[in-house]
Amino acid sequence: MEVWYSLVDGLFPFTWAQHMFMKNALMAVLLVGPMFAIIGTMVVNNNMAFYSDTIGHSALTGIAIGVLLGFGDPLWIMVIFSTILALIISSLKFFTTASTDTIIGSVSATMVALGIVILSRGGGFAKYSRFLIGDLLSITPNELLILTVAFVGVLILWAIMFNKFLLVSVNLSLARSRGIPVRLIEIIFCVATAVIVTFSIQWVGILIINSFLILPAAAARNITRNVRQYHLVAVLITLASGITGLLCSYYLATATGATIVLIAALFYLLTFVLKPRFS
Amino acid sequence: MPCSNAIEKQQTKACGLCCTLLEDFGVKIGGTEILRDVNLHIHCGELLALVGPNGAGKTTLLKAILGEIPHTGWLRFLDASNCQARKPIVGYVPQKIDFAAGAPVSVLDLFSAALSARPVCLGHSRRMQERTEACLLRVRADHLLKRRLSDLSGGELQRVLLALALEPKPDLLLMDEPVSGIDVQGREMFYEIVSDLRRNYDLSIILVSHDLALVSQYAERVVLLNKTVICDGTPGDVFSDGRINLVYGPLYMERAEGKLSYAKRGGGAIA
Repeated sequence: MEVWYSLVDGLFPFTWAQHMFMKNALMAVLLVGPMFAIIGTMVVNNNMAFYSDTIGHSALTGIAIGVLLGFGDPLWIMVIFSTILALIISSLKFFTTASTDTIIGSVSATMVALGIVILSRGGGFAKYSRFLIGDLLSITPNELLILTVAFVGVLILWAIMFNKFLLVSVNLSLARSRGIPVRLIEIIFCVATAVIVTFSIQWVGILIINSFLILPAAAARNITRNVRQYHLVAVLITLASGITGLLCSYYLATATGATIVLIAALFYLLTFVLKPRFS
Repeated sequence: MPCSNAIEKQQTKACGLCCTLLEDFGVKIGGTEILRDVNLHIHCGELLALVGPNGAGKTTLLKAILGEIPHTGWLRFLDASNCQARKPIVGYVPQKIDFAAGAPVSVLDLFSAALSARPVCLGHSRRMQERTEACLLRVRADHLLKRRLSDLSGGELQRVLLALALEPKPDLLLMDEPVSGIDVQGREMFYEIVSDLRRNYDLSIILVSHDLALVSQYAERVVLLNKTVICDGTPGDVFSDGRINLVYGPLYMERAEGKLSYAKRGGGAIA
């Protein structure tokens, strides 16, 4: 961390960069951004935006369970809970013929309601509102370490599995005919997405985490022609909106996560206008 | 057994010796018998068209051969060179549905993802690109290399999928209504390419189709399937057999015959 701090001091001789929390937050943006970009592109490819949204919202119930069990920091309970939920949702796809949209929608609403009911017992919901909005500036060096491990984990998983993820997202039958265990791959992807989303929730916020996952990928999709460009542009957009959003939120005294998402939305709007040129 | 008439068969370009065998093939899903007692013997270089009404089990048979759903009985492939049985390499051309709509995935990306382990998001090796070009050349689609899958026309996409199914070279190629919903030109080009392929490569083809006119024009063997094999023979034999009326209903066959005789008249010009 010391290296990072002196690096920031050397690179950015501005007032904002003198605060410890800004240095930490900047590093968090540099870690979360690319991680969300590469997961987000695949989520969008698989038409799973609604799924990741549900995982985000269900974190409320995860927090509630953690609180019920008496944990001060519910992070690990949240991760375990969302993993189980991911397993359940991904197997629902195989066992029922009902529309997955409807199932996922019902799960999402139920989980939010359940979380609110448990957490609001005795009128104490206000202290959990930090999970709704997220607080990037509160990230500690310890948490940055966990985030780094998660980032490296995603990179390794992607290095091994990316081509299989891609084939599955293109067409299931085709992927099966190439000998890919489609179901296993889908489960791995669902769980990985759930874990990363849940990890990041306390810094980005339940309400907007899905937008941060989806917007950069959706924007990149508008203006790219192949998988490499797609990933490159998505990573650049998350980094640009992450850093810009962080600085804007510092000077405007606004919530960091939401500011970042707004900038990402601007990127989406821009690429949407440019889209006809790229088709 | 397949080696007994080796000498006379060796003259043909496709060796005609290796073959795929389905023996007592059956599929049960949740207690319901979908297919039973299917016995088929398919030589390489042969194009076998699988016809039958909806729900006859055509797609189920393909899925069972692909290993997507469990089956009873045996699937064996006999290699000409050593007469040994092994599991066949199966290529598959899916129906044109839900294909990466709007995703920025190029044809080259698709081939790299299917044929190499290097993550496609890091780009492609020169070797991969050359290999893909060679694959696409077989189906007259080399100009589509850098195009997005979602930008291809129906006919172009099916040719690309055919090229992918041919790499690595399969022993058995399965096609499930590969050209349904594709315009006439695209369909004819597709079947011309398929005809070339089976003449020039050692591969057996099973084609599921509802288009009886095209089937009678390009397939040399037709199998009528309805839970099991009802008839098996040349298009002429099968389409004149009374049992096809029982399965499809006389009205359907009358309409199809109109198309069939049309195809026979115009067939020479196309084939």
